[in-house]
Amino acid sequence: MKNLREQAAERAFLLSALASCAITAGILVFMVLMGLPLLREGGFLALLLNSWEPYRGAFGVLPMVAGTLAISLLSLLVAFPLSLGCSFLTSGIAPKPLRGPLRRIIELMTGIPTVIYGFVGIFLLVPLIREFFRHGSGMCVLTAALVLGVMISPTMTLFFCDAFDRIPSSYLKAADALGAGRAQKLIHVMLPTAKKGILNGVILALGRAVGDTLIALMLAGNSARVPESVMDPARTLTAHIALVIAADYESPEFRSIFTCGVVLYLSTMVMTFLVRYLARRGEGNI
Amino acid sequence: MKKVSLLQTALAVSVLVLACSPAFCGSLDTFKGEKGVLKISGGTAHIPVMKDAAQQVMAANPGIQITIAGGGSGVGIKQVGEGLVDIGNTGRKPTGDEIARYNLKLFQWAVDGVAPVVNPKNKVKKLTKTQLMDIFAGKIDNWKALGGTDRKINLYTRDEASGTREVFWEKGLDKGAISPSAHVVVSNGAMKTAVAQDPYGIGYVSVGHIDRTVAPVALDGVVPTIETVRKGTYKIARGLFSNTKGEPAGLKKKFLDFLYTPDGMKIIEKHGFIPVR
Repeated sequence: MKNLREQAAERAFLLSALASCAITAGILVFMVLMGLPLLREGGFLALLLNSWEPYRGAFGVLPMVAGTLAISLLSLLVAFPLSLGCSFLTSGIAPKPLRGPLRRIIELMTGIPTVIYGFVGIFLLVPLIREFFRHGSGMCVLTAALVLGVMISPTMTLFFCDAFDRIPSSYLKAADALGAGRAQKLIHVMLPTAKKGILNGVILALGRAVGDTLIALMLAGNSARVPESVMDPARTLTAHIALVIAADYESPEFRSIFTCGVVLYLSTMVMTFLVRYLARRGEGNI
Repeated sequence: MKKVSLLQTALAVSVLVLACSPAFCGSLDTFKGEKGVLKISGGTAHIPVMKDAAQQVMAANPGIQITIAGGGSGVGIKQVGEGLVDIGNTGRKPTGDEIARYNLKLFQWAVDGVAPVVNPKNKVKKLTKTQLMDIFAGKIDNWKALGGTDRKINLYTRDEASGTREVFWEKGLDKGAISPSAHVVVSNGAMKTAVAQDPYGIGYVSVGHIDRTVAPVALDGVVPTIETVRKGTYKIARGLFSNTKGEPAGLKKKFLDFLYTPDGMKIIEKHGFIPVR
């Protein structure tokens, strides 16, 4: 027989769980409802695939979807090798007394506000990129992706480290006993066993890259056009929302940002489910 | 030892400032006894004047607190209309629809120009209006075609809520196209930084914001300066407005009135605008 206090606590927790679920679902409903007038006119797909030319009455978000994809995927390309190297160092190669401090530093890096990265990027990297490639303004997909890559790599590194640390030491000792070098141990033992953790880290880092607003807003140039090369400026969905939110409430420009919201919401949801699915499938693994 | 002396100087200066500021601000007497918070947001061209005026008012009357935010003209109208701020600034005249919807009262306190600007290192400092339109439409995309270096032209424009953009687009580009490949920045200040950083960029800012970090471009032979805007020879001009929801009263009214006093006008002039008399 449960006593009254326990029951009350149970109810309270149930209520808060229900509330947070309801808020999550409510946000989606709200965004779809607010975007409805524009969705009805053109249809979701048309909005998604159209270009952004407010003066001609085109409020499509395709350039922003392309910009988001280009910048976040490229930033993954930057961050992945960086994080893999870092995590291999902190949980594999570095001498034991160094590992703790190294990890602390990486943990510290996850907490740096993105605006700081943006500042450093705009004053150091932008002129460098402009003069090095002698093309455009230096505010482009590449610049944003480089900075974003550095920004997300600590998160990724920590995930990788955790995955590496969970590898049973018997595996590593067996590899040592067979005379495997460090690189061989990494490629043949550590990477395959830590596959799941690595995947989780990559997907969560991708989520952070897609969701970040400020770096792209400051460094990518914000042109509402599908970028043709990494040297072209581009606008991400989040930056687009930040730029358009100031427009008149009643304007179709303002309505269109709800489409962006829906796309962002759904894409992060898909990513979360993907992580769950992969986690379940790889249950046997580490 | 050095530390102490520095602190002492700082203290002395602040005491001096505090002691003197009420003395030369006769127009600030009306604020005596006023208390409360005044929130201002909107147009980014207005910010230097607003800041300066607010500082003087607050220094003379410690009971008054004035906050100033940017966001652009669209934000100014939206926030004042929704009652989020007391004064919403716009770098364009609010539309009839906006005035009716929110019952706005307009106060134009300055005339300002919107000028195309380039990096001071750029050799091209003269354009015809047709050239300007072609540049922003993306038809001319290399400085070489205009007598400059052989580099791509980087266009900078403002966001959807900007009054500066609206005025420039209407009067500078005759509502012509702005290439979608243009970079978008979010304030007059950010535009200045962007063009000051980019030797191959061209953008546009409020004439009051032009300093030595950016160079104005003469349009059809007329250099955009306070003088040419005042005389009316430079055509891309607009009013700077502060708007309230309904008839202003109390602190709101006093602050707006202050902008029309000789001291207020001095501030407006100091920041490169032409006060409305």
